[in-house]
Amino acid sequence: MPTETVQDTALRTAVTPERLEKINAAAYRIRHHALNMGEVQGQGYVGQALGAADMLATVYGDQLRFRAGDPHWEARDRFLLSTGHYAIGHYAALAEAGIVPAEELETYGSDDSRLPMSGMSTYTPGMEISGGSLGHGLTIAVGMALGLRYQGSDARVFNFLSDGELDEGSTWEAAMGAHHHQLGNLTAMVDINALQADGKTDTVLRTEPVTEKWESFGWYTQRVDGNDVGALLAAFDNAAAQSASVGRPSVILCDTKVGRGVPLLEDREKAHFMRIEENEWQICREQLTAGYEGKASA
Amino acid sequence: MSTTTEAPDTAAAAATPAKPKLKTSAMIASFADPGQKTSNAPFGHALVKAAQENDRIVGLTADLGKYTDMHIFAKAFPERFFQMGMAEQLLFGAAAGLAESGLVPFASTYSVFAARRAYDFLCLDAAEPNLNVNIVGGLPGLTTGYGPSHQATEDMAIFRGMPNLTIVDPCDSVDIEQAVPQLAASEGPTYLRLLRGNVPTVLDEYDYTFELGKAKVLRGGNDVVFISSGLMTMRALQAAKALEAHNVDVAVVHTPTIKPFDAETVLKEVNTDRLAVTLENHSVVGGLFETVASAVVTAGVGRRVVPVALPDQFLDAGALPTLHDRYGLAVDRIVAKVLAELG
Repeated sequence: MPTETVQDTALRTAVTPERLEKINAAAYRIRHHALNMGEVQGQGYVGQALGAADMLATVYGDQLRFRAGDPHWEARDRFLLSTGHYAIGHYAALAEAGIVPAEELETYGSDDSRLPMSGMSTYTPGMEISGGSLGHGLTIAVGMALGLRYQGSDARVFNFLSDGELDEGSTWEAAMGAHHHQLGNLTAMVDINALQADGKTDTVLRTEPVTEKWESFGWYTQRVDGNDVGALLAAFDNAAAQSASVGRPSVILCDTKVGRGVPLLEDREKAHFMRIEENEWQICREQLTAGYEGKASA
Repeated sequence: MSTTTEAPDTAAAAATPAKPKLKTSAMIASFADPGQKTSNAPFGHALVKAAQENDRIVGLTADLGKYTDMHIFAKAFPERFFQMGMAEQLLFGAAAGLAESGLVPFASTYSVFAARRAYDFLCLDAAEPNLNVNIVGGLPGLTTGYGPSHQATEDMAIFRGMPNLTIVDPCDSVDIEQAVPQLAASEGPTYLRLLRGNVPTVLDEYDYTFELGKAKVLRGGNDVVFISSGLMTMRALQAAKALEAHNVDVAVVHTPTIKPFDAETVLKEVNTDRLAVTLENHSVVGGLFETVASAVVTAGVGRRVVPVALPDQFLDAGALPTLHDRYGLAVDRIVAKVLAELG
């Protein structure tokens, strides 16, 4: 059984160029993986994966405590993907983390694959819950945080949710419960891409003011540009510094851009299920790489 | 204006005949007969006992601890009890999370809320990953006179379609006491139709022990066979005794586990020349009757089965004995139905 701890989660005090470079590179690879996976299927939630890649890269590349070869290691931090359809991005992050072999990613969404279109714990190593029915993740996270604390574990629980899930009453039941039980070992990360199935969030069901809502529910609340790795690292550092077995739960509200990193998709009319033509995948990859290399050399 | 309050009232009382005493409804009405042997809060005490032997057992509720006997556990193990507030989606999601962390949660609410309000959370968070999450539902079937908001007449119908979920409909305090440790020990999610408060003790008079997944023949009989679950097994036994006076010999088969169903035992009892009757504290749709019927048809057994069950409708509010009589769950109604069937 592998014993190495891949992630050393000793508190960071500064957002160093090394950390930035490492996470930016990981985010680039996650986006690249997502485009490849989308191309195999000819579809998929590529827009969301591109938008959330920086959040996923930060949490998997810098924050989570885990052992790549032992996804059930008891002392691991838990990452709960509430938005099951973001699995495409999550699988890429699991490959980045060495939990899922990168060569397996091309099976995404195929018959008998361990990587179904919507994330399920029974299929995929490192997938803690079966998300997809939105508004579940944070309720499970509350129980997990309670259970780990009761058993004396110092593991942290991270719940990835989306701004669309703020429509669900269960999210707010859980937000109240986490504060009531003082779950300082719980961190929620909300992808605010301002888009949901039927259109823009502010036309479907207005969720703003989001920051004030979480603050009023008693959470330690930060709001950052979710496509700015430096800002994400600083926010996660703050959340880590304030985490405790008994304390305020923490939420990092991340404003992201659907299709981020690929100008062709960033400028396309936003849709929950983004249509990409067969001849466009290669263009997307080239644009992604050009953007990343341009940023890296800048 | 000023009024005098003495003489007129007395005069009015003298002039009016006394009002008949009304039968009233209580939220938690006991269905124990007057003078019947009962046990107080058997679920709460059984959970405490199980928790003394298994430190992974934890309890949680959605603002109904006092009304589901969970308060007994909360008092005994305050550090192992989690109050979730009136938030059933959180209750089930958190129960799944507790199970994911390696604990064995028992989560209580009323059956109506468990089945109707938070189904998705039990289904996807606990049943799909087959977690050891134990749901305890109060007021199953017709055990309150509060009307459809609290009468879970279709809870088994709703839950039977959920893969992996074990459904237990206990008869009495003996069933509950023996079921709780078995539910904790069994893998996968369970749903217990809770009987709370002063619960009748019935099965101690029979050669009986609760075994998860097993039906048991409580008494033999040559003319009629009752297949029953839940509190209707108590009524079935009472009706069987009452039918002796009519020279009708009745067997009673108790099937406390509705799913997975012990079809083998039940089919053996149904496939005879006796009149077969199912008895359940549940809608005639989707409960014990249809479970038995599907087993009978699947096995190609050509027997008629007569249901004693609640009608497929929203039920009235009122006093429980009135309603049990109205909807056919009372012993006299069962006896009359059997005699009519026998012609």
